[in-house]
Amino acid sequence: MSESLYEKLGGETAVEAAVDIFYRKVLSDDRINSFFDDVDMDKQAAKQKAFMTMAFGGPNTYTGTDMREGHAHLVKRGLNDSHFDAVVENLGATLTELGVSGELIAEVVAVCEPTRHDILGK
Amino acid sequence: MPKLTLNNQTYLCHAGATVLDTLLTNKVDIAYGCKQGDCQSCLIRSLNQTPPIDAQKGLKETQQAQNYFLACQCKPTEDMELALVPEEARFIESTVVSLKPLNPETIELVLEYKDELTFKPGQFINLKRDDGLVRSYSIANLPSAEKRLEFHIRKLPNGGFSEWAHDHLNSGDVVSLQEPAGDCFYISGKPDQPLLLVGTGTGLAPLAGIVRDALKQGHTGPIHLFHGSRDIAGLYWVDEMKALAENHANVSYHPCLSGSDTPLEYTAGRVHVEALKAHPKLQGWRVFLCGHPDMVKETQKKAYLAGASLKEIYADAFTVLTKKS
Repeated sequence: MSESLYEKLGGETAVEAAVDIFYRKVLSDDRINSFFDDVDMDKQAAKQKAFMTMAFGGPNTYTGTDMREGHAHLVKRGLNDSHFDAVVENLGATLTELGVSGELIAEVVAVCEPTRHDILGK
Repeated sequence: MPKLTLNNQTYLCHAGATVLDTLLTNKVDIAYGCKQGDCQSCLIRSLNQTPPIDAQKGLKETQQAQNYFLACQCKPTEDMELALVPEEARFIESTVVSLKPLNPETIELVLEYKDELTFKPGQFINLKRDDGLVRSYSIANLPSAEKRLEFHIRKLPNGGFSEWAHDHLNSGDVVSLQEPAGDCFYISGKPDQPLLLVGTGTGLAPLAGIVRDALKQGHTGPIHLFHGSRDIAGLYWVDEMKALAENHANVSYHPCLSGSDTPLEYTAGRVHVEALKAHPKLQGWRVFLCGHPDMVKETQKKAYLAGASLKEIYADAFTVLTKKS
């Protein structure tokens, strides 16, 4: 059996390293950080880890409905494609910083893309 | 088959089933999300034994020390007694030992209790007035044989509890109190780690407690305490904290004033701004933040962006509740 994307990226250890860098990038990014103004940072970091695990193709139990319901209040505040793109861009930059190859980064982006419609409530 | 006990109900845990599975099967109302140990929604506490280390992954060390764990990651092998978070209220009685002013708007309240009570300075306790009005206050002192608790209470305009404590509470009066809670306290294990403590107003109560606890547990790394208020009248324990810093080479104390006309011996500026200006790189540091909610929230984010790990930022925001006028 060939190695999964999650295994190729380094599994849980890699997720932990990536979350720390990724969440700092997101909070420093003026295009999207206003969506995080009112959140509990500890809870949010845990959610970022769950998101990252999913993006890495790892074990997750999130459904399209979860994604829709979880982001509905943000869509009301104007969450749109440009914000989704900004998050994916930060994710890519994080992985580049960690020395992940462009080929694998493209795979991660491909995992995220199908969630776009649910997250943006389309 | 291990048994789980929660709120006097017992549930059988089938082989290979997690605590979360078992509780959900039995229709227990427990929050959950990812079911893979990431989102921490199903946080729960073990009352009778240390939970498996795998079920405590990702939690703060202070949560681990209190036997918190993630229900979705725990497959029990032995019987467990559990408590949901937040726990059911259990109040014990205490007696007022003394009340004394710390500054024009703040008093020190010392209570004595009889029952067993385990607490760490920096945790908070719910105090209850006769009519049921409950407010949380942080513990400023270290546990000792005297069985005493020390709180700092600032009188708030229209603050139902604080006005009562200032104007009507007397030595010998009985006050009910709840089990201590909160994860903002010192934990040993990294004695040379630099510590940054930032507080406004009565945020000094938990922070001074944490500093003394750290010293008692042999902390050797630098400890930087920043206490802020608008003017001098809002600060207190300035001499005590100066003395603490003089007696311990690794402790520094910085009283900050954000109003105008700051005397020379104080730092001019808002306390969290000054603290981060003095220590702009916080990678590997442990950070404690107590006091005004806006200050705590803003500094939590800034400390994280300055490199501190979120798991090592302990924040206690004081919410202000006033009676309806």
